[in-house]
Amino acid sequence: MQREHARVKGFSRRAALLGGGQALLFSALVGRLYYLQITEADRYTMLAEDNRISLRLLPPPRGRIVDRHGVPIALNQLNYRAVLVSELTPDLGATLSSLENVLPISERERRRILREIRRKRSFVPVTIKENLDWDDVARIEVNAPSLPGVSIEVGQSRYYPFAEAAGHVLGYVAAVSEEEQGADPLLELPGFRIGKNGVEKTYDLALRGKAGSSHIEVDALGRVIRELERDEGQSGQELVLTIDSGLQDYIVHRLEGLSASAVVMDALSGEVLALVSTPGFDPNAFNKGLSEETWRDLVSNSRSPLINKSISGQYAPGSTFKMMVALAALEGGIVTPDQRFFCEGYVELGDSRFHCWKEKGHGSVDMVSALQQSCDVYFYEVARRTGIDRISEMARRFGMGTKLGIDIPSERDGLIPTRDWKLAVIGSSWQLGETLLAGIGQGYVLSTPLQLAVMTARLVNGGVAVEPHVTHDLVDGESALRRPDPAFPDLGISSASLAVVKKGMDAVANTPRGTAFRARINEKGKEMGGKTGTAQVRRISKWERESGVLKNRQRPWEERDHALFVGYAPYQNPRFVVSVVVEHGGGGSKVAAPVGRDILLETQRRIGGEGQTAVAGDEPARRDG
Amino acid sequence: MAVRRSDPSEMRLSEKFWQVSWSMILLLCLVAAVGFAMLYSAANGSWEPWAIRQAIRFAVGMVILLSVAVVDIRFWLRYAYVFYFVSLFLLAAVEIMGTIGMGAQRWLDLGLFQLQPSEIMKVTLVLALARYFHSIDSEDVGKITYLVVPLALILAPAGLVLRQPDLGTAILLLFGGGALFLLAGVRLWKFAFLFFGALAVIPVAWQFLHGYQKKRILVFLDPESDPLGAGYHIMQSKIALGSGGIFGKGFLQGSQSHLNFLPEKQTDFIFTMLAEEFGLVGGLGLIGLYLLLVVYGFAIALQSRSHFGRLAALGLTTTFFLYFFINIAMVTGLIPVVGVPLPLVSYGGTAMLTLMFSFGIIMGVYVHRDQRIGRRWASQVE
Repeated sequence: MQREHARVKGFSRRAALLGGGQALLFSALVGRLYYLQITEADRYTMLAEDNRISLRLLPPPRGRIVDRHGVPIALNQLNYRAVLVSELTPDLGATLSSLENVLPISERERRRILREIRRKRSFVPVTIKENLDWDDVARIEVNAPSLPGVSIEVGQSRYYPFAEAAGHVLGYVAAVSEEEQGADPLLELPGFRIGKNGVEKTYDLALRGKAGSSHIEVDALGRVIRELERDEGQSGQELVLTIDSGLQDYIVHRLEGLSASAVVMDALSGEVLALVSTPGFDPNAFNKGLSEETWRDLVSNSRSPLINKSISGQYAPGSTFKMMVALAALEGGIVTPDQRFFCEGYVELGDSRFHCWKEKGHGSVDMVSALQQSCDVYFYEVARRTGIDRISEMARRFGMGTKLGIDIPSERDGLIPTRDWKLAVIGSSWQLGETLLAGIGQGYVLSTPLQLAVMTARLVNGGVAVEPHVTHDLVDGESALRRPDPAFPDLGISSASLAVVKKGMDAVANTPRGTAFRARINEKGKEMGGKTGTAQVRRISKWERESGVLKNRQRPWEERDHALFVGYAPYQNPRFVVSVVVEHGGGGSKVAAPVGRDILLETQRRIGGEGQTAVAGDEPARRDG
Repeated sequence: MAVRRSDPSEMRLSEKFWQVSWSMILLLCLVAAVGFAMLYSAANGSWEPWAIRQAIRFAVGMVILLSVAVVDIRFWLRYAYVFYFVSLFLLAAVEIMGTIGMGAQRWLDLGLFQLQPSEIMKVTLVLALARYFHSIDSEDVGKITYLVVPLALILAPAGLVLRQPDLGTAILLLFGGGALFLLAGVRLWKFAFLFFGALAVIPVAWQFLHGYQKKRILVFLDPESDPLGAGYHIMQSKIALGSGGIFGKGFLQGSQSHLNFLPEKQTDFIFTMLAEEFGLVGGLGLIGLYLLLVVYGFAIALQSRSHFGRLAALGLTTTFFLYFFINIAMVTGLIPVVGVPLPLVSYGGTAMLTLMFSFGIIMGVYVHRDQRIGRRWASQVE
């Protein structure tokens, strides 16, 4: 009994020890729970939310681009694509085979699909084919019972209905490149497109809109359980261009087959009605992703379809530059309009002989008839007397030699040479012979077709420094960000001088000896004025001139002259100006002037009836809505 | 005590039945009910497939508990070794023909149901040790030669279980058996000796651990070092617990659990789910229920007039304590993940039945608390 008592006592002691130990461990558990659920609760709550909620960006629809009449020229098209969710397909092989009966799938595509299905998790849709047409969609929907897991998804892709016609103005959209990645999270979305050229690039931010977002609850595998919150974002603003898409289209067809460019502009407002460069490219192709073949063709084509010649092409203006020479001389008081010079077909300066385009010479010419017949000898003489500095200064006032700031990227400067320029860039002093060459728009002088159009506009609008632009306004829901009415500065040229030059240009297309008389407009009230130009692209050697200059048609394409024309209409009260450059086209009067005539005629037919501010009053309904 | 206390060996069955501690039964039901609720939630608000089966098992377990409780305590003493060796045999059988489940050989397919011998071993080991220490003279406990047999009784099944491999059960067996050594009065310096001996053995034992066990221990030391790999489970468990806060996210509202960030939420990580949905309040509530059960166990052991009863009751209570301590410490990141379920709450058949069996023994000790059993009683009757 004693022994039993000791045993119980010992047991109780040890039980107390054990109980104490367990109590200790108990408090450890309680303390741990307190630590996790009270002290660290906030941190873990955040981590749990991070786990649970996944943020997805919703790309906003890109703003439309419409022309001056509201015709859409860049819009978003629904893009139907067939997708396959592999976890919904009991037998992948069978589904794919029955799909092949409905939708042709190449062996390569089939391999890609299988590869993607293996790589992605089973609930992630795999794209089978994009850009399905309605027939495909209908066939898939009808056969849906035999295609478990296959569904049609709708996305948006950019579509340019005018294709090649407006490519150079609009530019295109394409996938974001690595160096373009920036603060905007939209840029990181797979498949997101941004403007890469044209107005798509200039106004990319406004067109892009603001990203929406969707907070979705996901499980541990990333499978979407439900949407918790959705912010639709803000779609891009609508861009209204000054371009007339019909006119643009007309000109593109008129210039088909030529490597040429044409700019049509409102001489008073600077609104560009058409800006064409041929051959063009189809911006839709860039959106879908170019094939290597197409890309090679575009890049290696000697007529450079990717270059917007109307703002990036730089040409010797040839005789279209003569107005600048004439104005510089008149304004400088060097010659009077009536002062006559005798053209015997050439002038001599030192050892060199400077030829007129008319071998036999024009005889005695004054300023108006020199412009009318484009006499080179007259302008050699006037340029010699006026000097390069006055001529360059006048050309610059008319917008040549610098970018005009049109709202399309990749505009070039052109070149108006001065003595300082030559010393600095070429490294030698200015020669008098170079002044003579500049007098007929050859030598160092270079200009873009846009500059030629702006020059013409400033000549015929009373000497006002209009500036060109292609966008009318940005429509942002209710408010329209209207471009303010242009208040361009006066160039300070006497109206008498301008009148003389204009009289010469009127004569070019309306009097029998004018270089564009054969291309005149006969329609009453729509007659044009203008100036032709033929720019040599090579030097004619003395030997060649003696043996008879080859006709353009006899020379290889690259050595033929550029044909130029600048014009305006109606000549009594000019409103529209045009500039045409046909690369290696031959003579300005034969090739470029007829094109200019057709364009001016078409322009007047299309827009002639409109008031001065063509777009402003037209469509109040759209802006109200 | 309100009820008449006669010699338990002469009590009739109905009398014994009235001796059962119904408050303890209520406690068990409460704990099990928590389990049903959490299994219901784990199935996203459905009785299928876990909660309903768990409830049936609990009902069966309750019948077992009551049956075991009214059986003469001396029966368990007499056949303690038999049960032990049968379990050891089954454990060895698992080695030979056990089916592979959950990456470890733990189940024995008996045709009708699958048996997990390691679970049964937890009870029968305690009974065998209780019988051994009941039988020897208390002076002999001090002699090392008398400790060889009980040590072998522990190490044999522990070794087999470790081979399966089931580190959690091995630890339960070692510590549960160790508790009986402590209660039997083995000198504390011997435990210290063993403790330091074990420390010295750790580098050697490390070599025998499986790759995934090593990884678990390494990741335990720094779970955030590998949040998507081996540390994923424990990290997600801590996130679930922490985000539960004081009052939790609400029943069926645990985002971590229901969106499957939490692994094995119906078995080992069920406590995490409880604490995510009911917060600190819910977690402490369940721990409180467990604490009460442990207190009952201690009280029963201290009331028992037989050494076997004392040792068995407290040994099983300690095993039960170790069960939930290891599980909760594991899911809260206090100790490495070793794969021990939460007793009476985690989904699992054998565990539920063996636990109810051991509570049956504890209850039996309570019912027969006045039964005195001589030191040599078992060997005399045999």
